[in-house]
Amino acid sequence: MAQRIIIDPVTRIEGHAKISIFMDDAGNVSDAEFHVVEFRGFEKFCEGRPYSEMPGITPRICGICPVSHLLAAAKAGDAIMAVSIPPAADKLRRLMNLGQLIQSHALSFFHLSAPDFLLGWDTPQAKRNVFGLIASNADLARAGIRLRQFGQEVIQVLGGQKIHPAWAVPGGVRSALTEEGRARIRAWLPEAYATTKTAFDLWKKVLDSHKKEVEIFGNFPSLFMGLVEPDGTWEHHGGKLRFTDSSGSIIADQLDPQKYYEYIGESVQTSSYLKSPYYSPLGFPDGMYRVGPLARLNVAEQMGTPKADVEFKKFKKLGRGRSAVTSSFLYHYARLIEILTSIERVEAYMDDAELLSEDLRADAGINSLRGVGVSEAPRGTLFHDYTVDRDGLLRKVNLIVATGQNNLAMNQTVAQIARHYVRGNTIPEPMLNRVEHGIRCYDPCLSCSTHAIGQMPLHVQLIAPDGTVLHEVARG
Amino acid sequence: MAAKTLTIDGKQVSADESVTILDAATDAGIKIPTLCHLDGVYDVGACRLCLVEVAGISKLLPACTTKVSEGMDIKTDSERLRKYRRMTLELLFAERNHVCAVCVDNGHCELQALAYSQGMDHVRYDYCFPKWEVDNTHTLFGMDHNRCILCTRCVRVCWHIEGAGTKNVSGRGGKARIITDLNQPWGTADTCTKCGKCVMACPTGALFNKGSTVGEMERDRTKLEFIVTAREKKQWIAD
Repeated sequence: MAQRIIIDPVTRIEGHAKISIFMDDAGNVSDAEFHVVEFRGFEKFCEGRPYSEMPGITPRICGICPVSHLLAAAKAGDAIMAVSIPPAADKLRRLMNLGQLIQSHALSFFHLSAPDFLLGWDTPQAKRNVFGLIASNADLARAGIRLRQFGQEVIQVLGGQKIHPAWAVPGGVRSALTEEGRARIRAWLPEAYATTKTAFDLWKKVLDSHKKEVEIFGNFPSLFMGLVEPDGTWEHHGGKLRFTDSSGSIIADQLDPQKYYEYIGESVQTSSYLKSPYYSPLGFPDGMYRVGPLARLNVAEQMGTPKADVEFKKFKKLGRGRSAVTSSFLYHYARLIEILTSIERVEAYMDDAELLSEDLRADAGINSLRGVGVSEAPRGTLFHDYTVDRDGLLRKVNLIVATGQNNLAMNQTVAQIARHYVRGNTIPEPMLNRVEHGIRCYDPCLSCSTHAIGQMPLHVQLIAPDGTVLHEVARG
Repeated sequence: MAAKTLTIDGKQVSADESVTILDAATDAGIKIPTLCHLDGVYDVGACRLCLVEVAGISKLLPACTTKVSEGMDIKTDSERLRKYRRMTLELLFAERNHVCAVCVDNGHCELQALAYSQGMDHVRYDYCFPKWEVDNTHTLFGMDHNRCILCTRCVRVCWHIEGAGTKNVSGRGGKARIITDLNQPWGTADTCTKCGKCVMACPTGALFNKGSTVGEMERDRTKLEFIVTAREKKQWIAD
């Protein structure tokens, strides 16, 4: 008999979600859906506020990646003012974004995902977490926590606080890097490099021992989207958008991020508060694309920093020649490469005298009634689209967040893993752990993507075609 | 002018009969919490934060509008007063939409500072969540009614220091609000001289320089008092 499996809630992700797995009459998995079940309504309640307040309001969406919202909101403000921000301000914003990429990726890799592949999928849930990691490998856990601290320090040095700094503003930033701050950041670099090297060594072993996971954890064709420089180098805060397909071919390049609405559509499904964006020339759902570290590395031709480029070449080989790296399990690898290039870029900025400049903030009135701010957040491309009236009060807000853009890919990942493990009408324990990790590869942030709040438990339901719940597993 | 002798918190104080309890206490180094009071303009006793106990009088009196009298025995701090002050603050927070974390005045706000100093750790009343708009029509300044506590400082500086008479209060009770000229958008108010005194006077983030972001509104209110003193004493150069 056909059935549906629901996993609710899903744990160790940033937010609250539920998974439904649909069975066909033959007892095979036909489809899966990742539902985000909470709603906050940021887009609605920001209406009426002055656009200049958005870099203060939108970071409150999330405590993990407030900097991403801060920077996208400030950039949208630049567009409304129609100004070019001072070069020093652009570099300083980039420096903060690099700190954000480092801290968030370190959190994802060491705190959230490593317990799965280092302690083993079938380790009891009570031990398969960061505390279990501390118990089994205290040095590694400590190094991971400190790598995250380094990223947070970069943010704090610039913005005055690690979480929710009100530092980037429409037109630029509020303060420069100081000599003292520069010394603080510099002091961290040797340890950050050393931890990253440890992580790469570890990852190589994981890659050798997890060939099956690479095959079945979200390994399917899709488009990939990310920012690139004009020459195709990896970008994180400026540049233009590029789409590639799973053969590695560029299908659209140097797209103006300000006009995202010309090539990205948003589909709404009744089963989730998470919208599903798609590449509109291919329609829904064929225009499914992935964003985030895996996608950014797939669309890029080089990282642009020497150490990261060495790893980048090895990463590209996993795509066997020209084709893209299609397994979502390799998000973890891409995340490590992005940590490395971020550290290298932070180091390069430490020798840039312009970061101490006093010319930091352009001033202007309302010169455009619509402004889009785009930046690469740790989980993928983030769009803030504001429409204002003549007085600068927001009339419409649209936020397109990474997790939303990965929504369709997460559904496919769950279905692919479930197909491998589900036999009959029950939810096998090994599947539960692996489906969770399949989601975790994307490091989804549900509070960002629905602008929702919540805990992180796990609930799976197995559902028949007639809607009957045949089996249900919940743990919190 | 006759001097009066009174007791404030057990301390013997001598003050001119023309001064208020608040002035006498301030001169004696005793701090009474205030919110609508602003040095340089007359008091209206709107906020009720400066309520004090006077021996022999059962009701609480506002220190800012009560003149001193001979033999007064005043308490500026007691469990009863603390309870009332906290309650007043809670009501102010519940009445409109005060979101400190994202406010332009965060860290410099008198309402926020008082809530901290008076130990207001939560609000026991249901928030009203009224729908108030932001008036961003002025070229230089914005007015966010969500953050207004109707202290009328802006009205008083506008009328009695600047002499423009742009700001006023319209409506009653929960519908009371600050208006400009004949209840029209601030940007169209002909009488406004764009002097910014109202913005300087505002104790919260209700009046702000346009384009301000979180915590950026810092104000130097001593300038207002200086203007009045300088005008009266013809001192045209600041110290």
